[in-house]
Amino acid sequence: MIPLHWFLLVAAGMFCLGLFGVLIRRNVVAILMSIELMLNAVNLNLVAFWRYLAPEHINGQMFAVFVFAVAAAEVSVGLALIISIYRNRDDVNAGDLNLLKW
Amino acid sequence: MSLTPLHAIFALMSLFTVGGAVGVVLNRNLIYAAMYLVLSLFGIAGLFILLEAPFLAAVQILVYVGAISVLITITVMVTRCVFCKEPPPRQLTLVAVMAALVMVTLGFVIMTRFGGLTPAADVPADSIEQLGVAFVNPQAYLVPFEVASILLLGALIGAIFIARDDLPRDEEAVGGDDHA
Repeated sequence: MIPLHWFLLVAAGMFCLGLFGVLIRRNVVAILMSIELMLNAVNLNLVAFWRYLAPEHINGQMFAVFVFAVAAAEVSVGLALIISIYRNRDDVNAGDLNLLKW
Repeated sequence: MSLTPLHAIFALMSLFTVGGAVGVVLNRNLIYAAMYLVLSLFGIAGLFILLEAPFLAAVQILVYVGAISVLITITVMVTRCVFCKEPPPRQLTLVAVMAALVMVTLGFVIMTRFGGLTPAADVPADSIEQLGVAFVNPQAYLVPFEVASILLLGALIGAIFIARDDLPRDEEAVGGDDHA
């Protein structure tokens, strides 16, 4: 069986790539995709810990299922917001969305 | 440690996952980035199977690879500004150093706390059954399950309401000067 730290390292790498993407990308859709990467890394961590530390309790998988539900809600509302912003401004670059800036 | 087919599958799925993630964050063309995202999410589903969570792998394929990636692809197609490229990133080195530092910290913690850990026990044969029972058990997760369904309903209605194009045309012309 593969040791736990390999799964955790893959998840950590994915999380850091997502973090990098969130900070570096300018297009809002790309930022949302990077957030998806981070959420998936967290999910992978949850399932790996469930499998290696407490496979007899189902709670680890349950948390991952709720992360799925919240992520689906987040993506649908986020993409609706992006479409609405694009319809109003013809632009989805994060740097140009400064209407609410002080 | 002997190499088994399990290790080969793990290596392949990790390659999909991390390689897809690299493609997502570095590709300037958003359609390609969305395709790399699909690859990465598919790799995660493979890792779920390796972790003996087949239900989650199926949900991952259905929800992420199926639904969310389609949503993202459609949004890219609807909102892409074809002639204006995404402006080049600022402070690339600073952000790269920050992400690398986070990675080093996480890696250090992982290796010191969880290095070489192998499973404590086998997965029970009826783990999917347990999951289903826990969802409808009032002592377990019935209330969070119902709250999640309300959340999804709220997100559904909210997304339709936000993305709906029902502005009267003359009002839009008065309100949006920069639009015209």
